[in-house]
Amino acid sequence: MEILETKLMKGNEALAEAAIQAKCDAYFGYPITPQSEVLEYLSREMTVRGGVVLQAESEVASINMIYGAAGAGARVMTTSSSPGISLMQEGLSYIASAQLPCLIVNVNRGGPGLGTIQPSQGDYFQSTKGGGHGDYRLIVLAPNSVQEMADFVFLGFELADKYRNPVLILSDGAIGQMMEKVVFYKRDVVKPEKSWATTGKHPHRERNIITSLFIQPEKMEQVNLSLLKKYKEIEANEVRYEEVNAKDAEFLLVAYGLSSRISHKVVDLARHKGLKLGLLRPITLYPFPTKRIEELVPQLKGAMTVEMNAGQMVEDVRLAVNGKIPVTHYGRMGGIIPSPEEVLEKVEEFISNI
Amino acid sequence: MNEEKLEQQNTVTEEEEFELIYERPVHLTETRLHYCPGCGHSTAHKLIAEVVHELGIVTKTIGVAPVGCAVFAYDYLNIDMQEAAHGRACAVATGIKRVLPDKYVFTYQGDGDLAAIGIAETIHAVNRGENILIIFINNAIYGMTSGQMAPTTLPGMKTTTSPYGRDTSSMGMPLKMCELIAPLKGAFYVTRQAVHTATNVRKARKAILNGLKYQTLGKGTCFIEIISNCPSNWKMTPVQTIDFIEKDMIPYYPLGDVKVPKPEDLKQ
Ligand SMILES: Cc1ncc(C[n+]2csc(CCOP(=O)(O)OP(=O)(O)O)c2C)c(N)n1
Ligand code: SF4
Repeated sequence: MEILETKLMKGNEALAEAAIQAKCDAYFGYPITPQSEVLEYLSREMTVRGGVVLQAESEVASINMIYGAAGAGARVMTTSSSPGISLMQEGLSYIASAQLPCLIVNVNRGGPGLGTIQPSQGDYFQSTKGGGHGDYRLIVLAPNSVQEMADFVFLGFELADKYRNPVLILSDGAIGQMMEKVVFYKRDVVKPEKSWATTGKHPHRERNIITSLFIQPEKMEQVNLSLLKKYKEIEANEVRYEEVNAKDAEFLLVAYGLSSRISHKVVDLARHKGLKLGLLRPITLYPFPTKRIEELVPQLKGAMTVEMNAGQMVEDVRLAVNGKIPVTHYGRMGGIIPSPEEVLEKVEEFISNI
Repeated sequence: MNEEKLEQQNTVTEEEEFELIYERPVHLTETRLHYCPGCGHSTAHKLIAEVVHELGIVTKTIGVAPVGCAVFAYDYLNIDMQEAAHGRACAVATGIKRVLPDKYVFTYQGDGDLAAIGIAETIHAVNRGENILIIFINNAIYGMTSGQMAPTTLPGMKTTTSPYGRDTSSMGMPLKMCELIAPLKGAFYVTRQAVHTATNVRKARKAILNGLKYQTLGKGTCFIEIISNCPSNWKMTPVQTIDFIEKDMIPYYPLGDVKVPKPEDLKQ
């Protein structure tokens, strides 16, 4: 791909710039640390480059503005951080049910409650298990660099349109705030026709309705089943992950986002010591790389997740492993980022106890 | 009566041909309305369908249905529509209008939807002067959930959650939404109407017509409150509800314009 420009940027700003380049039509958001730079950047840049930017009165309002604008056929995005994402859950459930493509970004901070503005991965459950009510799934992308904060915006919009499903980028306060080199490429951004959108009823078509209400049990079940079918398709086609020294690994770290960068370092340190440690880094948290973990199990003696939470993704790894090998979790909370040495110590402790 | 006689009786001869004076509005679907007999929602729906037809704007109109008895408004209005979460119609309409600024966008909301759970979205949409029409059906009660107290329930009025009558000392006074939002600069046209008599229906129709027409000016929000009834949960016959509207509702919620555009405001 032809390079457009190379810049030094904060993760949040790179994501915002990518949204403009991905031809996002409208952005609705509400200030919250550590993601306010997105709203600020777009208020400055997107408005003058021809997009709609609106600071909503709350995250409840933003997500419902997203519903309306996505239902009207626009390419739309909102961003927030943990407490704000909690407020959006009802809206997200409606959006998933009405099958509206859109991009939501969570720059995860520590919780529960008002918690801390420091980075955290405490929202894994909320993101991957359907934080709102009812049976639904978001496609969840987990960037681990400023470059991916930008790249996943393009991917996110693409997947959202392809499946008519909300896509969540689950980042964290560190990836959002840190500055790194980011390359923007010249891309052909194509936005699909949305014949289902509410744009005014023309005589040649039936009226278009955006709704999540299916009051007849049989109808509701049909909708549930068709959503399920879509999720199966997503699980079959969209699993993304990255591996570091996993092919010959006897022990596996599983980590995403910021923790995956630390875990990469841990693998390097371990290999230096002759320890056959590998890393599997899920890029899509939903769909989860369950199959790949299953494939690796026969060669493994144990697996450990590294997460900046009390142990959330570890449950999905346990499900994938299905009791065949021991699985443990190491995590720090409160916005504390574990050091590679600290993690390696835990890995060695784990191995010695197997 | 045998079939032949019946047919003779029903056959209209050429001399007696009737003049068509009323028919189903073009933009109402053939679906039977689910509203209780005598409910004002039906009349309000009809007016919207008529006005959209009269203005010839169906290809450019998008409606937003609430959560409330009118949740299925899109089953009856043959118009592109979105069904919003409870209280969020104004946010949804904002999203639509911001990306389709040349279209006509309206919300249709009950008092629980607009004045309780969704009051923040309502006030902020008006304050931003969103170029939308908000149609607010005030029946002083939660219809869909079977008669709980609404923010607009009258003092002393009995509902399932104010079984001894609304005690304003602990439950607050009913909200007068028109008066609350009219002072906002973003409010362009604010009026309170009713649909319980033929005269009022005609006036309400005119208000909806203006509310939609003004949208092309791009000068702010139009807000039409319609005093309506809920025979089922007021536990009255439809006829008794007319009396209640006249004697109890209208004295508290006076009908008429609360804010009208000045002649110079009506220029493009
Ligand atoms: C978040 C949420 N809370 C509560 C409800 C339940 N609920 C549905 S309709 C309604 C009130 C409807 O009353 P109103 O807006 O006055 O409309 P009406 O039915 O009287 O026309 C409530 C509380 C809901 N659907 N969603
Ligand atoms: S419950 Fe009340 S508001 Fe709802 S349809 Fe019946 S009469 Fe109308």
